[in-house]
Order: sequence, then C-alpha cells, then structure tokens
Amino acid sequence: MNNFYTDNPALKFQLSHPLMEKIVVLKERNYRDREKYEDAPENFEDAIDNYDKVLEIVGEIAAELLAVYAEEVDKTGTKMVNNEIIYAKGTQKSHEAMKDAGLYGMSLPRQYDGLNFPYIPYVMAAEMVSRGDTAFANIWGLQDCAETLLEFASDEIKQEFLPKIHKGATCSMDLTEPDAGSDLQSVQLKSTWDENANCWRLNGVKRFITNGDADIKLVLARSEEGTLDGRGLSYFVYDRKHRAISIRRIENKLGIKGSPTAELVFNNAPAQLVGERRLGLIKYVMSLMNGARLGVAAQAVGLSEAAYREAYTYAFQRMQFGKTVAQFPQVYEMLANIRAKTDASRALLYETTRFVDIYKSYSMIAQERPLTPDEKNEMKYYQKYADIYTPLLKLFATEYCNQNCYDALQIHGGSGYMKDYPIERMYRDARITNIYEGTSQMQVVAAIKGVGSGLFLSKIKEYETIEINPEFHDLHNKLISMTVQYEITVAKAIEWGSSSEEYDFNARRMVEMAGNIIMGYLLLIDTCRCVDFKKSATIFIACAQAENSRSADFIKSFNSKLLELFKV
Amino acid sequence: MNFNIIVLIKQVPDTRNVGKDAMKSDGTVNRTALPAIFNPEDLNALEMALRIKEQIPNTVVTAITMGPVRAADILREALYRGADKAVLVTDKKFAGSDTLATSYILSLAIKKIGRVNLVIGGRQAIDGDTAQVGPQVAEKLNIPQITYAEEVVKVTNDNIQIKRRLERGVELVEVAYPCLITVHSSAPPCRFKNAKKVMKYKKYYTVSEQQNENMNCISILDRVIEEWNASDMNANMEMLGLSGSPTKVKKIDNIVLVQKDNKLLTASEYDIALLMEDLSNNHLLGK
Repeated sequence: MNNFYTDNPALKFQLSHPLMEKIVVLKERNYRDREKYEDAPENFEDAIDNYDKVLEIVGEIAAELLAVYAEEVDKTGTKMVNNEIIYAKGTQKSHEAMKDAGLYGMSLPRQYDGLNFPYIPYVMAAEMVSRGDTAFANIWGLQDCAETLLEFASDEIKQEFLPKIHKGATCSMDLTEPDAGSDLQSVQLKSTWDENANCWRLNGVKRFITNGDADIKLVLARSEEGTLDGRGLSYFVYDRKHRAISIRRIENKLGIKGSPTAELVFNNAPAQLVGERRLGLIKYVMSLMNGARLGVAAQAVGLSEAAYREAYTYAFQRMQFGKTVAQFPQVYEMLANIRAKTDASRALLYETTRFVDIYKSYSMIAQERPLTPDEKNEMKYYQKYADIYTPLLKLFATEYCNQNCYDALQIHGGSGYMKDYPIERMYRDARITNIYEGTSQMQVVAAIKGVGSGLFLSKIKEYETIEINPEFHDLHNKLISMTVQYEITVAKAIEWGSSSEEYDFNARRMVEMAGNIIMGYLLLIDTCRCVDFKKSATIFIACAQAENSRSADFIKSFNSKLLELFKV
Repeated sequence: MNFNIIVLIKQVPDTRNVGKDAMKSDGTVNRTALPAIFNPEDLNALEMALRIKEQIPNTVVTAITMGPVRAADILREALYRGADKAVLVTDKKFAGSDTLATSYILSLAIKKIGRVNLVIGGRQAIDGDTAQVGPQVAEKLNIPQITYAEEVVKVTNDNIQIKRRLERGVELVEVAYPCLITVHSSAPPCRFKNAKKVMKYKKYYTVSEQQNENMNCISILDRVIEEWNASDMNANMEMLGLSGSPTKVKKIDNIVLVQKDNKLLTASEYDIALLMEDLSNNHLLGK
C-alpha cells in the first residue's frame, strides 16, 4: 500500500514542533469537547495521535486513488452538460472517497460536523492531496472557504451551510470578473436588495471561477450603487440549489484540467449577505485570500514533492554512457536543488501556518470571551507575521514549484516532453500556482511591506538568537553575514524613498533576499531538531548566499538611468 | 427488527512480500518477521457487508475474529471502516485449531449473537489458503453458502442475488436468508478508514487489552470491544485446538523456483507443433 504520509517523514516532523502544543490547546480550547464528542481528544498526545492517524488516511487515499487517477483526470478534463459541470470519473471517485473518509470540513468545529483540526494538519493533508492530483487539490481544498463563513457569517448562515461541508458540498470563491482581476476594487457584479423575497439578488458576470459549479459560492458583489472602489463591495453566499447561474463556458487551460474554471452569468441569483455591508473586499475577501494563498502554497509544495520523486526515480533508472544519469554532476545538482527548494518552501509553509493557527484561534476565542491583554498581544504578534509571511510563502513556494517541475522535466530529457511520464502533467499544473490567488508580482507588492517596516528583519533577529548546535555554526555565521548584507541593501534602497519607482523596481530582489535568509534559518533550526535536513540546509544556504550577493550587487550599482532603460 | 450481518475476519501475516526470513527452519511461518495485517479478501467481504448495509435500513454489521488478543487491531480497523460492532473470540484453548475446529468456534460465536441474516467472509486467508473455514461454518450453521462472490447484484429484505466469479465465467445465484457468502478478491476493494471513526474507536479495547498494564488506556466502561472465550460460548472442549483438529501436517517442503533455460521458437508450423506437444506433456494444456 503506497502512502504519501508514511513515505515522507518530513510531514510528521511538523507535528513535533515546539509550538504545536500551544496550537492544539488553543484550537481545542483546552480540550473542552472531550466530554461531549467521542472523537474529541483528551489531551495533547491524544490530539497529535489523532492527526497522525487521520493524515495516514489522507496519505493512503492520495497515493492509492488520487495519484492513480490523475492521468485519466488530466486527459478527460471536465465537461458541461445541461448547464452543469461534470467532473472526470477519477475526480468523482476521489471526491466520494474523501467525503466517505470524513475529510471534508477538517478544520470546522465539531458542532458543524467538522474534525476541529488546526491548520497544520489540514495544510499537511492539502500538500498530500496535491502531490496525488494537483487539480483535485482545488476541489477538495476550497473547503477552506467555510472558514470565512465560520468567522464572519451569522449563526443562521453557519447553521445552514457549514454542516453541508462535511457531507461533501464543494465551494468556490467568485471574485474575478472580466475587468477585475488583480484589481478587485473594480468588481461590477451587482447586488440589490429584494424586499419581496427578503434576499439579495446578484446580477452580472464572473470569470475564471475555479470549481465554478460549486454547491456553495462566496461572491464579491457591488451592493452600494454609485460607488466605484472597494468600499462599495459586500460579501455574499449563494446556494447552488437555486439554479440561478448559467455557466457560459469552461475554460480550456494549460493544466489543472480536472479543476473546472468557468465563466458564470448570475441571473437574479438569490443570495445572503455575509457579515456587514461594504466590508466585502476590505475585510472578508482579504481573509479569504490569505487562507487561499496558504492553500495554493500547500498545493505548490505538494507538487514540488511529487516532481522531485518523479525526477529521482527517473534519474536512477535512466542509463547513459554506461551509468545512471543521476551520477552526472549537472543532473545531481538539479536533483539536490529540487530537494533543497522543496524542503525550504515546506519549512516556510509550516512556519506561516503556525502563525495563522495561533492568531486565528485567538480571533475565534475573542468571539466567545474577551481576551486577556497578554493574549491580545500574542494574537497581534502572530497576526502581524501571518499577514506578512503569507505573501512571502506564496511567492516562494509557487516559484520554486515551477522551477522544480522545470528541472524535474529536464532530468527526464526527451521523455519528459512526452505524455508518457507524469512530469509533463506536473509541469503544466505548476504553471498556474504562481498566477492564481494573486500573481507572484502581487505577492511582492504585499511582501515588500515586510521589508520596509522591518518586520522581516525583526523576525530574522529573533531566529538569530535561537540556540544553534555548535556543529552548524558555519551555517549560522553565513546567515548572520547575509543579514548584514540585507540591511545594507535595504538601507540603500530606502534612500530612493519607499514609494519611488526605483524601490518598486527592486522590490522583488529585496523580498527574495529576506525570504532566502528566513528559509535558511528555518532549515537550520529544523536541522538542529532533525539532522536529516542538514544536506538541504547546507545546499540551500550556499545557493541563497550567492543569490543574495547578486541581488545586493545589482541594487548597489542601480540608478535611475538604468531604470529608464528598462522602460518599454 | 435489525438486519444482522456477521463479517468473519482474520489477522494474517503479510505473506505477499516475503523476504528470506519468512519461513522458519522447521517449515512453519515465521510470524514475527511478517507484519500482521487484515486478510485481504476479508476486506472485500467487509466492503460487501457495508454496501448491503447502505441498501437495507437498520442493518448492523458485526465483525468477528478468532485469534490472539492482538487480533483486536483488525477489529478496530473494521470499526474504522464502518462496522458497527466487533467481537474478539479468544482463548488459549483455541491454539492449534485447524479449519474444522476454527469453523466450530466461529459457528458458536455466530450462534451466540442470535438471529443472523447474513454471514460474509473472505474466500480464503493468505496464510493457510485453504478456503475451507467459510463453507464449514455454513455447514455447521446448516445454512446455504455462496462461494467466490464477486458482486451483489440485487438485495432485498428477503433474499440476495450474487454474481460468482468462477474459473470459466460467472454465475448468477439467488438465495434466501440466512446464508453465508465467501468473497473473491475481484469484488470491490474496501473503503478507506473514516477519520471520525478512527478517532472514536481507537479508544475501544477488549477486556484483555484493558487488563494489560502496559497499555496507556483511557478506560471508559462503555468503550469496549466484546471478547468471548470458550466457556462464554459453551464450547465442547474436545472440539477445540489440537484435540479438535484432525488435520496433521505430515511434512513441509521448501520449494525454490528456478528459472530454466530459454527456448527460442519461431512462428513456423514445426515450432508451434513442438511447443504444443511440450505444453501438453507438462499438462499445461489438456488434450
């Protein structure tokens, strides 16, 4: 029996992180459900054992079902019949299996039939699902839409919609429109109050909607007539049972073909308002997007893992010049780099997830009782880092995923270009990860704030004080000197002014410098807990140091004359 | 009234991927070297029971295994996958039971449960490969048996239609309850474990397990897997274990399969005739 959980100890390793106990205690509110629900944990060890056992189920389904059907799903894609989207047969089976195994609603509270898991095990599950079938990761993974309902919707809406998730209702987030992509402030879909029917009515067009025919839709719409920006937008929930949306078409895409992307026309569709009017984009969609970005990062890391394993297997099978291609320096360099980048992005994925876990639990606790001043401070601390790490993570995990799939295909040589090997599909699937839920360029725009505000630096300084095993002091020293170089580089850039074009032009370089140091530290800290990461940590830090020096050199000699030349 | 299905399951050493140390020098299976697993065809049997449960309201699926205390692991696994109840039938007196004694013990356990509509088990276990226990249980219960079941074609409250997978085709049979079915590996694979059931039933133990001091057990009285011994079932002690087992193993040979020389044949009439002769001489083809 193949199992993507038990064959990858790097996942279970995350459950032993020192912050895990805090995460579990907060999520379980000190194990208060234990009297009421037989499946609720009695204590920390019991909870970890639950995650371990449930993740093993996910690992088995991902390996034995999702990965097996992925090729057929990619080939068949989805189709439209009578204004309904029909998934590929494999997708339907995967969906049924995940539903029957009770793996929808993983992080929802037990009162809504969820498993009440923290984000850490949920993200681990998402990673494995994506490793099995990246397209299916969208259908299964959109269950995290429910989080915004849990956080912001009225009790009536929660009662109506949340228990459906565990029964396998799928979700979609309907934000993008033909003229509102990265710029969501331009959303036009109209929402008007229908006094007679006592509901809102949605009219207009949404485009590029992932899982467009979902059972539960979260829709961003303009409720305030005459407004032009984000402050006129509200957030709505729509139930598919109303059948008030026509599917104009399913997009024909490069990859993730098992995940239907649709253009939709809302025809007077009845919907309910979630939360307060005007806060749709500013508050709820921002929260939704942060969750979704975490999901895409998990998707990307899972796909990187899959690509690595394909490349590894091929490199050790393929004989040329009397030996396996894995023995040639140019090939093993690629393999080792894929491994290192996968490990680095995974370290960043779970670090970010821990921040999200703690602050989200506090914000839910705050709905039950007032937080103590200490708790408030802690919540602010973790929220601050969750918000700034999320775009950094999305940027790195998805760019690395593309680089990893590119190199993994390259290792396959000509065979990789053929449809005979899964790497061809993975290469295509990877390409969307750094586009949807905010392009890499948008992630830089968000993450550069962590450079300017000094937030990245303050976290780096925290990592710097963590006790490091003397055996790894050389790695630690490299990171310390990279930090000095980063500070000098940022200081130089700030001289241009943080709203200058020069600064914006170099934003990605600076964000990447910070990210390299952060991931270097995370790998180093992981290595101190488990020596298995030593190789990846050493390779990653060596490459990161060289890369940071290049960026530092570029910025050092950059000037406005050069900037002018870049303009088209 | 409930519709009662009993699923007979067995914990077996995983003989599918055996290494060098799989057999002891005396020719018996080295159980410590092989992981203990849920017998594969018993999983097919469990799935069949669960599918019937989905069609007949108020169905109770009870998994029964006979074995040592550690066999409770597969009972929990049956619960994780959807069984409603589980019973461990265990007693030192059962040691050394052959298929006759085993079927006697299992038939007693089934009788103790009371009114049963269906008994379902795997065709055979991968350790002994006898395929005898199911049919013998049916005989002892004096109920009809359907072996080599592949698919439930139709099921009602009164009878069941089964497709059997036979050597040269399939056979469709219909039978009234109570009856016993043994399930072939070509039947649908068992569903995955359910997350909530795993978190719930992982805390269910047999009495023997709870008494085991080394076990970190959160003992709550109603979280119990039933456990029956020989006297619980009023067994005739003469019919158990070695004394109840007429099967005697005379000798066990280790057979090492060796690859013989290759023979290159062309598509000519002569070569084909030669091959046909060879095959029929080796009894691979019947004349």
